[in-house]
Amino acid sequence: MDAVLIQLLNGLDKGAAYALIALGLTLVFGTLGVVNFAHGALFMLGAFCAVTFQKILTLSVKVVDPSITFFVAYKEQPYLEIWFGELGLSIIDYAVPLSIFMAIPVMLMIGLAMERGLIRHFYKRTHAEQILVTFGLAIVIQEIVRHFFGANPIPTPAPDIVSSSAQIGTWLGLSENLVYPWWRLIYLVFSGVVIASVFAFLQLTTFGMIVRAGMFDRQMVAFLGINVQRKFTIVFGIAAVVAGLAGVMYVPVLPPDYHMGMDFLVLSFVVVVVGGMGSLGGAVAAGFLLGILQSFASMTVISELFKGIDQIIIYLVAVIILLTRPRGLMGRKGVMED
Amino acid sequence: MDNKNKNNISRRDFVKTSATVAAVSAVPMFFTKGAYAKDFTNNPGRAGSVTLGFNVPQTGSYSDEGADELRAYKLAVKHLNGEGDGGLMNTMKPMNLKGNGILGKKVTYVTGDTQTKSDAARASAKRMIEKDGALMISGGSSSGVAIAVQGLAQEAGVIFMAGLTHSNDTTGKDKRRYGFRHFFNAKMSGSALGPVLKEEMGTDRNAYHLTADYTWGWTQEQSIKETTEALGWNTTATVKTPVGAGDFSQFITPILNSGADTLILNHYGKDMINSLTQAVQFGLRDKAVNGKQFEIIVPLYSRLMAQGAGENLKGILGTTNWDWQLQDEGSKAFVKSFGQEYGFPPSMAAHTCYVQTLLYANAVENAGTFYPPEVIRQLEGFKFDGMGNGATEYRAEDHQCFKDVLVVRGKQNPSSQFDLLDIVKEVPRSQVEYDASIFGGELGPYKA
Repeated sequence: MDAVLIQLLNGLDKGAAYALIALGLTLVFGTLGVVNFAHGALFMLGAFCAVTFQKILTLSVKVVDPSITFFVAYKEQPYLEIWFGELGLSIIDYAVPLSIFMAIPVMLMIGLAMERGLIRHFYKRTHAEQILVTFGLAIVIQEIVRHFFGANPIPTPAPDIVSSSAQIGTWLGLSENLVYPWWRLIYLVFSGVVIASVFAFLQLTTFGMIVRAGMFDRQMVAFLGINVQRKFTIVFGIAAVVAGLAGVMYVPVLPPDYHMGMDFLVLSFVVVVVGGMGSLGGAVAAGFLLGILQSFASMTVISELFKGIDQIIIYLVAVIILLTRPRGLMGRKGVMED
Repeated sequence: MDNKNKNNISRRDFVKTSATVAAVSAVPMFFTKGAYAKDFTNNPGRAGSVTLGFNVPQTGSYSDEGADELRAYKLAVKHLNGEGDGGLMNTMKPMNLKGNGILGKKVTYVTGDTQTKSDAARASAKRMIEKDGALMISGGSSSGVAIAVQGLAQEAGVIFMAGLTHSNDTTGKDKRRYGFRHFFNAKMSGSALGPVLKEEMGTDRNAYHLTADYTWGWTQEQSIKETTEALGWNTTATVKTPVGAGDFSQFITPILNSGADTLILNHYGKDMINSLTQAVQFGLRDKAVNGKQFEIIVPLYSRLMAQGAGENLKGILGTTNWDWQLQDEGSKAFVKSFGQEYGFPPSMAAHTCYVQTLLYANAVENAGTFYPPEVIRQLEGFKFDGMGNGATEYRAEDHQCFKDVLVVRGKQNPSSQFDLLDIVKEVPRSQVEYDASIFGGELGPYKA
């Protein structure tokens, strides 16, 4: 029971990242009809917002380390520590959650710039051309990040207070073996909040109603005198913010490098295809489903029975679903079928 | 009968002339040092300098080690050319190096990025040999890389002085005549660690292995498993994980309910930092299983990894090839020299790479030529001291160095930012020696 519960939690946690990226991906596809292969790069840029913020907070001065006597050794002392002492160190400790406030406007600007500067010129082009240009853009973004931050993963830890694990088993009166890292729980809750916010925004606001109507029949909404294009541009910006936030909060789980977006992009496309192209609910459901399946496939009992199954399970399920339900789990008729 | 032919040259004249021509032609051969056939790869001939190729991971999971290796190589080149304080050239015995390069030729170098990938490492080494004219290749930080480059070196007829490579295969089934390893291996780690594990953790434990899925991980898992099972431990599971996986949570969660009371992490570099950090986050170190405190063992680790893992590594047992806190003359000289140059002490990866460069240069000086088969003969069976690990020997049968091995533990109360390991035991060389034939493999011919 404990084993199942912990794998379930881990699967939900993995699925949360997949769902957040796939949500933005399918949002852009549903509104603008663009297959955005640069969406993984937005996830990576979000992660590097956190890295940049941490670097700003830890700007340091080199001071001589008096504990080393047989050569001159230096250690770095952050200005925040020099100026504010313990308070400065606490601010540095909270770099990742604080970087959210920087990431939201930055990612929104990046999203808007990307859509206005490049993507809009490809609305009427074929999906193949869209894929080529956005993939090219993703590589350019990657190389820019690599140029400034290097190729190696950059450790960006969570605050000390949440670096240990939560005793879930003890709380629930189950086995004490059932523990889970605090930050991963926070990530799970955070992604739930972001997903719920996006859905609430689309379902409960006038803006969301127009966007949904535009997704259903863009021409008719335009006939009503609404500038659908402007709304969709904002949707692209929102999708960039969602991907960026997913990246910001993921850095304590996985130290970011310039390539992390590409690693997630492939999985996220599988999630979108399994969920059904253009279906927001499908993307979220498929994200969690595939995360859970991947987690269970890593259980000793299963991986001993089917060697390497944890590495291929996602693709195996995608093949089965596409064979049995070609439009994906919740795909609509007519999407990408013309 | 007249012996002269129609051109009036007698047979005797012909023989005399031929002998004279042959003798005159051969004169330079007697007076030219190293006048072997010129047809060896990248023979420097009369050039005033020689090029060495340093092939290290500048990106990927082992890039921290790679960066330190490169620092050590640069320092070694400096010392070979007579610059700086000389470092280990002041303590190495016996030594034939003069501080004027190698055989009087200035040492230059080229570098490459292995990316911690075998194919990239081979491509990089090939470029160094074919385009840059590298006479010797050194580097590594991954056994997969070391074995791949060693094979290439053998084909190309260029000596490969391995850097950080710990797989038994490097000097076992994949050993090559042109490959030499100063670093210790997984078998030696197991032999050194066994008695300490018995003393500290007893003979009744259930071990769960997480293993990097390539040659080093496989052989380390095998060696440590043999050691712990010989102690009486049970092996609960051995799980292979991809190199550079980043998030190991899906491999760690099954351990919680496996009944295991010991986790053995056959991971290195950033993989080990990530997997250990995540294992601690999942509460493994706070658990008690079957009435025993859960323990984590990292059979191979270094100060660089301890720095990356921080608090999580405190109290964890492992082995290391060398540590900057050793108090012998060689270690002190190297730490001082490296520290003055870079402002921090060297890692074990840096130490082995520096030593390898000096050992190659010294072997060339001893041979009096760059001709690889002669240099190889000088290295085979070479016994030396003063390089930081006590009396050491390059075993001729498998090109593996034998020396003392350190069992270490993550320090609970560091006195400085670099004071991260406690040396638990200096295990004597005799305790880690083994028969060269147990891993099979063939060195191959001297002439490539």
